[in-house]
Amino acid sequence: MLKFIEQPRYSCAIGAQQTVVAIRRGVPILHAGPGCSSKVSSLIGQGEGYAGGNTIPCTNAGEAEVVYGGEGRLRNVIDGAFKVIDGDLYVVLTGCTSDIVGDDVGRVAGEYRSQGKPIVYAETGGFKSNNYKSHETVVNAIIDQYVDAFNKGGAFKKGLVNVFATIPYQDPYWNGNLKEIKRILEGIGLKVNILFGNDSQGVEEWKTIPHAQFNILVNSWAGLGIVRHLEEKYGTPYIQFPYLPIGGIETSKFLRQVSGFGELDDKKTEDFIRLEEEKYYSFIERTADFMLEFRYGIPRRFYTILDASYSIGFSKFLLNELGILPEKQYVIDDTPEEFRESVKLQFSKISDLRSAEVVFSIDGGAIQEEIRQSPPKNRTLILGSGWERDLANDLKADLLIISAPVTYRLVLNCGYAGYNGGLRAIEDIYDRVLNTYR
Amino acid sequence: MSSINIKSQEVQIREVRLGSITGFEGTAGELVRCARAGKLQDSVRSFSQCMGCSSGNAFCQLSMIRDAAIINHAPVGCSGDFFGFNFVYRVGQMERNLPPATGRYFNSNIEEKDTIFGATAKLGETVRQVYERVKPKAIFITTSCASAIIGDDIEAVANQMTDELGIPVIGCYCEGFKSKIWTTGFDSAYHSIVRKLVKPPKKKTNNVNIINFWGSHIFDELLEPLGYKADYIVPFSTVADLEYISEAAATIQICPTLGTYLGAALEQLYGVPEIKAPPAYGIPGTDAWLRELGKVLKREKEIEEYIQKEHSRVLPILEEYRRKLQGKTAYITAGAAHGHALIALLRELGLKVQGAAIFHHDPVYDNADPASDALAHDVNTYGDVHNYNVCNKQAYELVNILNKVRPDIMIARHGGMTLWGAKLGVPTLLIGDEQFGFGYQGVLNYAERILETIDNREFVTNLAKHSTMPYTKWWLEQNPFSFLGGNIDVEVY
Repeated sequence: MLKFIEQPRYSCAIGAQQTVVAIRRGVPILHAGPGCSSKVSSLIGQGEGYAGGNTIPCTNAGEAEVVYGGEGRLRNVIDGAFKVIDGDLYVVLTGCTSDIVGDDVGRVAGEYRSQGKPIVYAETGGFKSNNYKSHETVVNAIIDQYVDAFNKGGAFKKGLVNVFATIPYQDPYWNGNLKEIKRILEGIGLKVNILFGNDSQGVEEWKTIPHAQFNILVNSWAGLGIVRHLEEKYGTPYIQFPYLPIGGIETSKFLRQVSGFGELDDKKTEDFIRLEEEKYYSFIERTADFMLEFRYGIPRRFYTILDASYSIGFSKFLLNELGILPEKQYVIDDTPEEFRESVKLQFSKISDLRSAEVVFSIDGGAIQEEIRQSPPKNRTLILGSGWERDLANDLKADLLIISAPVTYRLVLNCGYAGYNGGLRAIEDIYDRVLNTYR
Repeated sequence: MSSINIKSQEVQIREVRLGSITGFEGTAGELVRCARAGKLQDSVRSFSQCMGCSSGNAFCQLSMIRDAAIINHAPVGCSGDFFGFNFVYRVGQMERNLPPATGRYFNSNIEEKDTIFGATAKLGETVRQVYERVKPKAIFITTSCASAIIGDDIEAVANQMTDELGIPVIGCYCEGFKSKIWTTGFDSAYHSIVRKLVKPPKKKTNNVNIINFWGSHIFDELLEPLGYKADYIVPFSTVADLEYISEAAATIQICPTLGTYLGAALEQLYGVPEIKAPPAYGIPGTDAWLRELGKVLKREKEIEEYIQKEHSRVLPILEEYRRKLQGKTAYITAGAAHGHALIALLRELGLKVQGAAIFHHDPVYDNADPASDALAHDVNTYGDVHNYNVCNKQAYELVNILNKVRPDIMIARHGGMTLWGAKLGVPTLLIGDEQFGFGYQGVLNYAERILETIDNREFVTNLAKHSTMPYTKWWLEQNPFSFLGGNIDVEVY
C-alpha cells in the first residue's frame, strides 16, 4: 500500500535528536547529512534549548563520507564536541547516509565510552522509522550504554517511579505536561523521575532509573518498547495508562490506577484527589452557566487530527467534561498495526454511552478532503495542527492547534495534562470561540 | 566554459562549477585577491555543527509556485521544512492580496524496505495520485540523500509520468550530501525550471525579471516610470509565468548568491541581459547598479535624473544618520552576497565593521564576470575588512568571536544566529526582507533600524544576565579558528 504523506506532522528517526535536547545538558551529535538537524528543528524544535538547534554538532556528511565511509570524520567531530560543548551526556545519532553506507558507529562510540566518556549511540537513519519509534530506540540506548554502567544492583527504592509520557518536542506541550504529571504523582506520594525538561534533574535522575519500584507509561503505544525493555532488564513492572489524562475524570482515574498498581497509601491518594477535584470543579462550575446559556453558539461537534495519546485523551475530555460530541477521529501517528486494536477499543468506550469512529491515516491532505466532503452541520471544534487553518476557516470551525507543526502558537510551559491542563484546555478552546465575535 | 548545460539532468555543485569555498580566515581584500589569482583553497573544519542542505533551498524556490505540486522523494524527516515554507507562502499571499491557499507538498515516505528494493515504483504511483488530488500544472520531484544513495532513477520516472499525465513532471536533484554549500539548492531548483519549463521566447516584452525570495515589491516604482514592469520570480509565479521569463527585457537579482544560475542561464540561453553590477546597496553601489540598469533598459537619461533626484533627497538625511552612528562598531553574519551588501550598507553609514562571518564564498558567478564581485566592490569602495571569516553557520566560531569582539551591534541574516549576540548582551538585528536595504531608501531604512536596535539595550542586558552558555570556558578562550584547516585526519577524507 502506498504511504505518501501530504502535510507531515512528525519527523523521521533522526527526529529523536529532540529526545536528547530534552534531557538537561544532553548533547546530540549527528553523523548525518548537513540539513537533517535543521529540518527536525524546523518542524518540532522550540528554539535552541540548551544545546539544540544550531548548536548541535554534526559531521555534515558529504560525498567523501558516502563514498569512503565517515568514521574518521565522526571521530573528529566527537573530539571537538567534548572540547567545545559543555554537556553531561553525548548521544551520537546516525542519518540515512551513515546507515546506508554502513559506518560502524557503535565501535567509534564504544572507543570513547571505554575511555570513560559519557557517550552513547543509536542508529536513527531517517528511513528506519519515525520519531515516535526512534524515541524508544534512543532512550533504550541511553539506558543500555550509559545508565546501566551506574547500576550497582540492589533492591528497588520504594515509591520511586520513572515516567514516560508523550514524546518531547513531538508533543509541543511536553514540558508543561510533564510538569503537571510530576506534580500530581508527587501529590499521591511518589518520588518521580520525570527524565526530560525543566522539572528533571538531568543525568543524575537517569542514573536512578534501574532502582524504580515501577514504571509509568502515559501513552497509547510510543514508549511501550522502553517500559518492556526495563521490565526485561531490571525486572521493573510497569503500568500503562493508554492516553493523556486531561481534566478531572481521567486524571483521577489515572491516579487511582497508579496508586492501586503501586500499592500506595489509599487515603493519601483519595485526599489528594479530593482536594484537586474540589479546585478543578469549582472552576468548571463557574463556567457551566456560560456553556449552557451562551446564545451565539459554541462548538457542538469535534474532530481530532492528533496522535493516538492526544486523540483519545481529548476525545474523552471534550465529551465527558464539556459535552461536545465526537465526529470521526483521525489518528496521524502511523500507529503500528499491533496497537491499533487497543486504540480502537478506547474509542469504542469513549463514554459510558457512546463510541467514536476512528481512522488511522498519516496523510493530512486526504483527511481534510474527507472532512470537506461531509462537513458537519453544527459549529465544530477541530483539534489539529497548523495545517488545518484553511479547513477550519472554510468550515467556520474553531481550531485549537495541539499537534506539530504548531507555528501559529508560541508555547512555553503550557500543558494539557492533568487537572491544570484540563482547565487550560477549556480556557484555550473558549478563548478561540469567543474571539470569533466582533 | 559555460556552466549552463540544460542537456544535463543535474547542475554541477558550486564547489565544482564556481570553485566556491566554505572555510577561510583573513581579510576580505586577501580573499578577493586570491579568488582572482586562481583556484581558492578551501579549509576544512575538523569540528562542525549542523548546517542546512540543498534540498531545503531548492524547496524554498519551488514551493511557492502557485499552481505546482512538490513531491519530496525522501524519508519523512526531510520534509520537516514543509510547514515553515508554507507559513512564508501564506504570509506572502496576504501581502499580495492572493486568496489563502495551502502549499501542496508531499513526501513519498522512503522506508527501510525501499532502501533495498528501490522506491521508483512507489514514486511513480505517488506522482499519479498527487496529480489526481491536486491537478497541478507541474509536479517537481526533489531528491534526498536516501534516494540518491539507493540509486533511484528519478529522471526515468519523471519522464514517464510527463508522458502519461501530459504536464511537466520534473526531477530536481538537490540531495544534501552532495554539497557543503546549501545555496547549491537554488541552482538545482532553477536548473529544473530552465531545462523543463522555460520556453524559447516568441517575442520580447517590457517585463524585467526580479529574482528574489518573497520580499517587498520595491522595484515597481523604479521600473514603471521607465516603461517596464517588474516580474517577481520564482515564488508567487505560476507555471505559465515561468514559461515566458525568457521574453523579459532584463534580469535583476536582489542577491547573486540566490540568482547566479538563473540570471546567467536566461542570458546565455535566451539573450535576456542580466544586470551584472553588484546589487544596489550603499550609495556608490546604487549609483553603479542604476547606471547599468539604465544602459540595459536604454533609459540612461531618466536614470541620471532619478539618481540626481534621489541624491538630493537622501544625502542630507544620510549625513544626519552618519553623525549619530559615528564610531559605532558592528559584526556581521550572513549569506555570501547579501553579507557583502550589508558590509557596504554599514560602512556607508559610517559604522566600523569589526569583522564578518559569511557562510560561503563564490569567487565568481555563473556569468563569469568579475564586475559582479560584490566583495571586491566593498573593498574597492570602502577599504579592506579585517577578520573576514568564511564560515558556514558554525555558531561555535561566531560565539567565540563575538565574546572577544563585543561590537555595539550584531547584524545577522540567517535564523539561529541572533541568539548568540543577545545572549552575550550585544544588541542584535535581523531584517527578514532582503529588499529592505536595497537602493537609496534602503540605506536610510537600515540606519533607522540600527539606531533603534543599539538604543534598545534593556532586553539583551536582561537576557544576558539569565542565559546559559553551552560552550566550554576552554573553548571561549581559544583562537576561534582552532578547528579550521591543517588537520591531518581531515585531509584523509
